[in-house]
Amino acid sequence: MSCGDTKAGSCGGGCGCASKAGAGEALNLTGGSGVDAARRFFLKSASAFTTLALAPGVTLMAFAESTPASARPADQPVSSKNRWGLLIDAGKCADGCNDCVTACSTENGWASPVKHPATDAQWIRKLTVRDPKNGSSYSLPMMCQHCAEPPCVDVCPTGASFKRADGIVLVDRHICIGCRYCMMACPYKARSFVHEPLHDQKEHAPRGKGCVESCTMCVHRVDKGETPACVEACAKAGHNAMIFGDLNDPSSEIAKRVATYRTTRIRDDLGTDPGVYYQNI
Amino acid sequence: MARITFQKLDDHSPLFWGLLALHAIVIAVGLGAVWYMEHHGHIVTGMNNAVVWGTPHVFAVFLIVAASGALNVASISSVFNRLAYKPFARLSGLLAIALLAGGLAVLVLDLGRPERLTVAMTTYNFKSIFSWNIYLYTGFFAIVAVYLFTMMDRGASKNPALNKAAGWFAFVWRLALTTGTGSIFGFLIARELYDSALMAPLFIAASFLYGLAFTVLVLFTMCRETRQALLSEEMVSSFRGLLVIFALAVLYFTIVFHLTNLYAAEHWKAEMFILRDGGIYTLLFWVGHILVGLLMPTAILLYAGTTSGKAMMSERRALTIASVLALIGGMSFMYSTIIGGQAYPLDLFPGKEVSSSFLDGQVSAYAPSLPEVLLGLAGVSIAMLIVGVALKVMPFLPKGVEYDS
Ligand code: SF4
Ligand code: SF4
Repeated sequence: MSCGDTKAGSCGGGCGCASKAGAGEALNLTGGSGVDAARRFFLKSASAFTTLALAPGVTLMAFAESTPASARPADQPVSSKNRWGLLIDAGKCADGCNDCVTACSTENGWASPVKHPATDAQWIRKLTVRDPKNGSSYSLPMMCQHCAEPPCVDVCPTGASFKRADGIVLVDRHICIGCRYCMMACPYKARSFVHEPLHDQKEHAPRGKGCVESCTMCVHRVDKGETPACVEACAKAGHNAMIFGDLNDPSSEIAKRVATYRTTRIRDDLGTDPGVYYQNI
Repeated sequence: MARITFQKLDDHSPLFWGLLALHAIVIAVGLGAVWYMEHHGHIVTGMNNAVVWGTPHVFAVFLIVAASGALNVASISSVFNRLAYKPFARLSGLLAIALLAGGLAVLVLDLGRPERLTVAMTTYNFKSIFSWNIYLYTGFFAIVAVYLFTMMDRGASKNPALNKAAGWFAFVWRLALTTGTGSIFGFLIARELYDSALMAPLFIAASFLYGLAFTVLVLFTMCRETRQALLSEEMVSSFRGLLVIFALAVLYFTIVFHLTNLYAAEHWKAEMFILRDGGIYTLLFWVGHILVGLLMPTAILLYAGTTSGKAMMSERRALTIASVLALIGGMSFMYSTIIGGQAYPLDLFPGKEVSSSFLDGQVSAYAPSLPEVLLGLAGVSIAMLIVGVALKVMPFLPKGVEYDS
């Protein structure tokens, strides 16, 4: 199913529409009817049932696990008490390692390695930054910076680009008209336009030809109390260059580190107030 | 002053039908191109994730800018009370509507999801200058239509105050419209080559020039069609003078725009890209915009006013050539500004060199594809077809003096 092709509410939710409803904003933005909601519920239960049938062990384990402390119950709105963010330590980010990129592409269903660098979607990419004066260089992952003052949201004519109360910036693939004004406005080249018809999408990350997309900070995982796929992959590889957490919670590791170390946010001179911090750059 | 009489086109020459048929064909081909692009996605265009607005936007912005300028002649007649311009006020209003329709059609047909136009019309983000433009554009249609009504309706046209009020309103609105169009670019903080408050006045000056050039060319074409001299020699001279002033105004704002950018140290590299190192964009800027679009028309028009110039070619011919050159320059200006501004890489780490699989730090390659060009041309043809049909069904054209020949 391509989210871009169907009516509001019939996707799995990762496109932002369901999350948007959760944010306590207009629930029925594009006229998604009760029928749609019912169908979504049905689809979800059907997929849950399939999972149960295919991998009983895994599912049972998941059921046995209690809800993680920071998980947001499905009926609770997203709260501005949280400000989800990332801290990336370029000193630990290994040159040539691409694990975060691969993990994101696997998680969200966009193709990596890219075949057409100019037109393929890239929600996250590795940047090599070199100082021409002394030749020193470092590498770091670059993705949507989840700005608190996002230019992409300001310019979007339809409101398809929006910021959740918890700071995550998303594109509602049901109302994006593909004008690409947000891509013009984003200072980080964080967004991709879907240039070709798509197949085989993930239920939680619906995509559509002719729409714009970008890193969702793995909103579908965050809402379950998990960390984004890139962060998990980086830790798994033993680099631990990325930390995810709540910048508003002074007891969180990310908030503590941001308070302790000298961190940088890219082009914050533009006033975008990014939610992604970098260290050692 | 003698009463102005107006006429519909009735005695049709092969020229008229030929032009109409040509525009209809171009539109049909353009729609075919749209279907092709929508079916395969934008992958079949030259656009990519860095140059996200391609040739269709060049045409669309050009037409929209020209639309507001096309209203000039009407504004001069009703706002500034110049009666000599009155006979052309109707045509000027019509041209404004037609050019805007052509430009908007291109803009909409180039959307990733044009079928969701209703979404754009019903879901607004009031912070977005784009949304404001939707109001500015629809408002422009309505206001110019009312304005035309005050000129053409028997009852309403007897009331000069009404016409004057509508004229003023339309005048103010069109300034807002061009400011809005210019601001679409001006608001993009991240794109160094657009980020300037001077974008709006530059666009307004440009709109005067291109709008008048379109008006002149349509008028001269209609002179051929009706075999009448629709404008007097004095009018030709006035238009000649106006075109020179507008060209110089664009030149002035272009210079100020780039000088202020050069003055800001952080924009230096980006400026050097457009002015010196940008390849096709530099070429289009200097040769297309400055030389062909501004200096040559100015020179030709000034020369045409001198005695030796008059001996060489008629003022009409000079005006025709200058208008064509101004429009070519306009397209070059739009191309170098819109595409060049995107091709220049975003500066994520000022002072550093960046590279990535996403082509960060590189000048983006863009070449217009055939379907994009066809769509853009279809926009021009939509405008011209509207004008042609309207001239046939309603009296927009003044009656002129029959040619002797
Ligand atoms: S990084 Fe770009 S896409 Fe992400 S929130 Fe900021 S402006 Fe928007
Ligand atoms: S492309 Fe979509 S998300 Fe981006 S500005 Fe246009 S409508 Fe909004």
